[in-house]
Amino acid sequence: MNPKYQRVLVLGSAALKIGEAGEFDYSGSQAIKALKEEGVFIILVNPNIATIQTSNDLADRVYFLPVTVEFIEKIIQKEKPQGILLSFGGQTALNTGLELYKKGILKKYNIDILGTPIKAIIDTEDREFFVHRLNEINVKTARSAIAVSVEQAVKAGKNIGFPVMVRVAYALGGLGSGVCRNMQELKSRAEQALALAPQILVEEYLSGWKEIEYEVVRDRADNCITVCNMENFDPMGIHTGESIVVAPSQTLTNREYHMLREIAIRVIRHLGIIGECNIQYALDPVSEDYRVIEVNARLSRSSALASKATGYPLAFVAAKLALGFTLPELKNSITKTTSAFFEPALDYVVVKIPRWDLKKFRLVSRKIGSGMKSVGEIMAIGRHFEEALQKGLRMLEIGANGLTGNSNFRFNDITIELKEPTEERIFAIVQAFEQGFTIDEIHELTYIDKWFLHKIQKVVEISGKLTLFKDRKPAVSILQTAKNAGFSDKQIAILCGADELKVRKWRAAANILPVIRQIDTMAAEYPAQTNYLYLTYNGIEDDIQPPDQKTVLVLGSGAYRIGSSVEFDWCCASTAQSLQKLGYKTIMLNYNPETVSTDYDQSDILIFDEINLESVIEIFAKLKPIGVVISMGGQIPNNLVVKLDKAGIPVLGTSAKSIDTAENRHKFSSLLDSIGVDQPVWKELKSYKEALAFANEVGYPVLVRPSYVLSGAAMAVASNDEELQKYLEKAVNISPEHPTVISKFMDNAKEIEMDAVARNGELIAYAISEHVENAGVHSGDATLVFPPQRIYFETIRRIRQITTKIAGSLNINGPFNIQFIAKKNEVKVIECNLRASRSFPFVSKILKINFIDLATRVIMGENVEKPARSLFEINYVGVKAPQFSFTRLAGADPILGVEMASTGEVACIGDDFDEAYLKSLIAVGYRFPFKNILLSTGAIESKAELLEPIRVLSEMGMNFYATEGTARFLKQNKVNVKMLHWPLEEKKPNVIDYIRGGKIDLVINIPKNYQKDELTNGYLIRRATVDFNVMLITNRQLAMRMVEALSRKTADDLHALHWDEYH
Amino acid sequence: MVGYPESLTDPSYQGQILTLTYPLIGNYGMPELDNNKNCSINYESDKARILGLIVADYSSAYSHWNSESGLAQWLYNQHVPAISGIDTRALTKKLREKGTMLGKVVINDKDIDFFNPNETNLVAEVSIKDPVHYKGSGKKVVLVDCGCKHSILHSLLNRELEILRVPWDYPFGDESFDGVLISSGPGDPKMCIATIENTRIALNKGIPTFGICLGHQIMSLAIDADTAKMKYGHRSQNQPVIHSQTNHCYITTQNHGYMVETNTLPDDWSNLFLNLNDQTSEGLIHKSGRFFSTQFHPEAAPGPVDTTFLFDQFIEIIK
Repeated sequence: MNPKYQRVLVLGSAALKIGEAGEFDYSGSQAIKALKEEGVFIILVNPNIATIQTSNDLADRVYFLPVTVEFIEKIIQKEKPQGILLSFGGQTALNTGLELYKKGILKKYNIDILGTPIKAIIDTEDREFFVHRLNEINVKTARSAIAVSVEQAVKAGKNIGFPVMVRVAYALGGLGSGVCRNMQELKSRAEQALALAPQILVEEYLSGWKEIEYEVVRDRADNCITVCNMENFDPMGIHTGESIVVAPSQTLTNREYHMLREIAIRVIRHLGIIGECNIQYALDPVSEDYRVIEVNARLSRSSALASKATGYPLAFVAAKLALGFTLPELKNSITKTTSAFFEPALDYVVVKIPRWDLKKFRLVSRKIGSGMKSVGEIMAIGRHFEEALQKGLRMLEIGANGLTGNSNFRFNDITIELKEPTEERIFAIVQAFEQGFTIDEIHELTYIDKWFLHKIQKVVEISGKLTLFKDRKPAVSILQTAKNAGFSDKQIAILCGADELKVRKWRAAANILPVIRQIDTMAAEYPAQTNYLYLTYNGIEDDIQPPDQKTVLVLGSGAYRIGSSVEFDWCCASTAQSLQKLGYKTIMLNYNPETVSTDYDQSDILIFDEINLESVIEIFAKLKPIGVVISMGGQIPNNLVVKLDKAGIPVLGTSAKSIDTAENRHKFSSLLDSIGVDQPVWKELKSYKEALAFANEVGYPVLVRPSYVLSGAAMAVASNDEELQKYLEKAVNISPEHPTVISKFMDNAKEIEMDAVARNGELIAYAISEHVENAGVHSGDATLVFPPQRIYFETIRRIRQITTKIAGSLNINGPFNIQFIAKKNEVKVIECNLRASRSFPFVSKILKINFIDLATRVIMGENVEKPARSLFEINYVGVKAPQFSFTRLAGADPILGVEMASTGEVACIGDDFDEAYLKSLIAVGYRFPFKNILLSTGAIESKAELLEPIRVLSEMGMNFYATEGTARFLKQNKVNVKMLHWPLEEKKPNVIDYIRGGKIDLVINIPKNYQKDELTNGYLIRRATVDFNVMLITNRQLAMRMVEALSRKTADDLHALHWDEYH
Repeated sequence: MVGYPESLTDPSYQGQILTLTYPLIGNYGMPELDNNKNCSINYESDKARILGLIVADYSSAYSHWNSESGLAQWLYNQHVPAISGIDTRALTKKLREKGTMLGKVVINDKDIDFFNPNETNLVAEVSIKDPVHYKGSGKKVVLVDCGCKHSILHSLLNRELEILRVPWDYPFGDESFDGVLISSGPGDPKMCIATIENTRIALNKGIPTFGICLGHQIMSLAIDADTAKMKYGHRSQNQPVIHSQTNHCYITTQNHGYMVETNTLPDDWSNLFLNLNDQTSEGLIHKSGRFFSTQFHPEAAPGPVDTTFLFDQFIEIIK
């Protein structure tokens, strides 16, 4: 190790967004652990407050600040680091690092970039350099040309020949990239992409080629290994983040595998990478011809996956290499005796499947392709490919029971579905087989390798056999075959018309039980002390014995998706830590490769498998824990509670009965009535007719939602009969077992969050935070302020009273969250979850009291003192702001509503609301100062309310543009404004031209109401705004708060203080 | 995880039942058995060398542009029995603790006797019967075929050497040549008495000599060093080794259960490579630099090609 590096700055990846998600919490926290082990003083900058890396026991200094050049320079001045790590915080950290370098800031303060040198980073990021560098060593890249203008793109298209692929330089996850089949498509894509990036690449289209990746590690002494290779199930043309990925590769021969491995090492040596990188290939399916697609000179989504798939701690090792260690000097952390210079041998197959949430977005294109749209992923492990694939499909929690046994994935035009894939293509393949398509026919339409297709066909055949046993017990041999192929008990039950526990009985009687297997990096050739495990029905003996200490099982949070992401991972990881402090051994059950909870060193035992009744029962049978914690991983474990309780599994914390009472609207409502707590008028309804009558009775708008709510899925506000009918259909589709609830929606009310911990019904600790937006914006999309700034003391008092009542009557024993709606003096309860909520990390870190630790101690029956510090004693303000990824979701309407749409969040701290709010806006991509504002401010009351802020902006020297009505209103009120025509008017000067032409910095568009047909012009404006990377605000309160803050603060007022400096 | 066609035909596995730790086998079928100049591109010898194959999840469907038949069909044609659906991880754990052992595949409860391949001279079985001459423009190398993998032959032919490939016991000392390569092969090195003796003569003459795997053990016996059985044999494509002179590390492919005992080496010999995991000898070098050997397979196939540069170094020495 180089002793020069005593203080090191680590850049995080800020909010989770499409293309840059939880994997960087994994890589960042591993890097911090590696540095810590060497006694380095670590300064971390990451505004993502829900991450584990920003917990108080990891880095020495944590800055909840935007990862931008301005803030990083302030921090550098203050902290004087000798080195900086850029490769652990995704593209955000890498791009910021490059900018710091180009502006001479790193040189000015004499800071070294640790690990991969800057030249290698530039060589991999700039396509022209990249192609040139690979040519030097005779490595093939796709034929391509750089274009900085649409004209150049057109020329390149002519030279290369259609179809061509357009790629954007310096873009995370293939943003703006896509296939163009003709000149017209090329022109429009080039125009759009060049608005986002200075240059694009037009290249040879390798559709149908196999897509293969290698993860490569190199140290400063030039030692190289490839830790893992991966093969995409979906061939070239579909972004690797959108593909089902299999590790190790399944259809490559020895010669192909090692040809690509050798090239990988040659490329990495030539580029001079130190640490970890990822290399992607296209491989011709009918020869050994190949192209290198790209090299990511940093930890990536794929490296997180490779790490979990093999057990090799890539990020940890990469951080040590950055400090100057060599691979042979480092230990293999699985064996603890051998060196880190080795390549894992696998004796299982790993399948990664992306998780999309496209159905949450209105008007979004559901086609998947070369740009990323998925919001998370799962990883499944099996001894058979079918086993892993079917596990994986269940893990997605999209209502699939495996490849088969599903009722909710049916397609009218199967050919189109196969040829032009959406996120549900895998189920279209199943349907195609059921309809008699041959493997060859499906291959022609999808280019998916026939080997994979054959495996799917095999599952369809087994399903066919199972359905022959309608209502009777299948032959043992068929049960065995099905379990070997990864059929769940529930799936078999559906196919045979039986019930899940009955199937379990059948197979248990025939001794068809899973075995517990180790991921040991060496395929059992040497003994290993690893506690990284999975379950498989393809084995005859367990690898490990139950632990002899008291053990607790913690259920994780599954795939990151809209509504459930890194915040629940923080809760689970914190729980494991608290349990260990209390002297328990912990078992973590989770299957999300992007998480810290699934790190090998985070709990005593890690089981990388499904979170469902079947696997929990099997884990209890094998490892005999004393109980299971279900309240930390969000809605997935919470939804299991009744089943687990029925199956006799000891659920720790609040009772299953209480949880069920809170989840069931009827029971919960009766409870509220009985304790005299108010709630919005609601009714549970079974038919459209009933619903219509109720809605008309209470008056529109109404809120429609199913009873078990997962991040607002199928939740919507309806303003008239037609909308109501439409939403009802959607809700019923998603959750047939649960009835639909309609409630009166309150306009212009405030929403307030209560996060709390109770012990045996007594309130121990609580935090009240307030939404900046009025009610109607999903709590996950809302901007949250803690401690609250604009609530009456009386309201707070009432909220606390109600919370105490609810905690007592449900005898809550653990974490819980209540959402309130408040208008004038009325306070009503709108939701109550007897589990940790999304905002637990936020309030815990702002208040500096770990609510999860308190809750865990309560759950385990420890005596917990009420914390001395409360929200009234904080001398600073925290603001949590949502991160949206609309730019990636072609067509989606970028508007806030009761359906959650944000993919991540940040939180910043300030002396007051204004400072914290502006910091958090910058952290999610807003850029200050700006000059040109487009206004389209909707209804008259909203126009009126925004008038004063607009005057303030005017005094600050802003230029205004507005659509017709708004322009007229402003002129009447003596505000200088230029009128632009609506998009649909097609008259000049037009709004769209101004947005596209880069003449607008900020668009404030306040939709009039919830009615769809009047949104069309507004929709086009909003869509153009995000497509051309212009700032957008669609909420009145947000616009007002931002203007107020900007009028009171300058950049100098945004202080670079670290967490400990706020007290 | 890849490389079953290479392994099944590797003469080092002569007479053995092979079990594969990777569960999914047969995915890419079997390529054409091209045997041009007795030197296949797709295989390591001209036929199956194993006596039986044990896998966990055989893939009856295969998919690859270069495949000619499925693995099962290929084995059937080669009269090699195979069994699928076995928990090969459980079997591997047994084998790692007890070492390789005698085994048999019992079909329909019809018991059969064990066959002990170690009682036969396996090298004699797999070696060629008569010398074969390969024309080339470069220096002339004697390739002692103790069960030579075709990849070793390719590694030499690709470097345009003239090659005389001789049987394991061929008294090559009378020929005129510039270097000797002693190939890999099956079984106990101590049974290759003639090869050991011929190697000793070549070494004494100062002729550049390169030994691979069994060839490495034969060389060590020729210099009166000893070999011993290992607790955990090396049988995988991911064995890390460190080069003693440069401290560079490489991933290598290996298949051996015996090792050279470093403390029995003569003074003028030293370890060229060590295994990073267990520090056992992975290669030897004479202080003159003219004779060296590797316990691993620099020719790869199956496995990583990190150490193919050793063939270049061999040619450097011959020059």
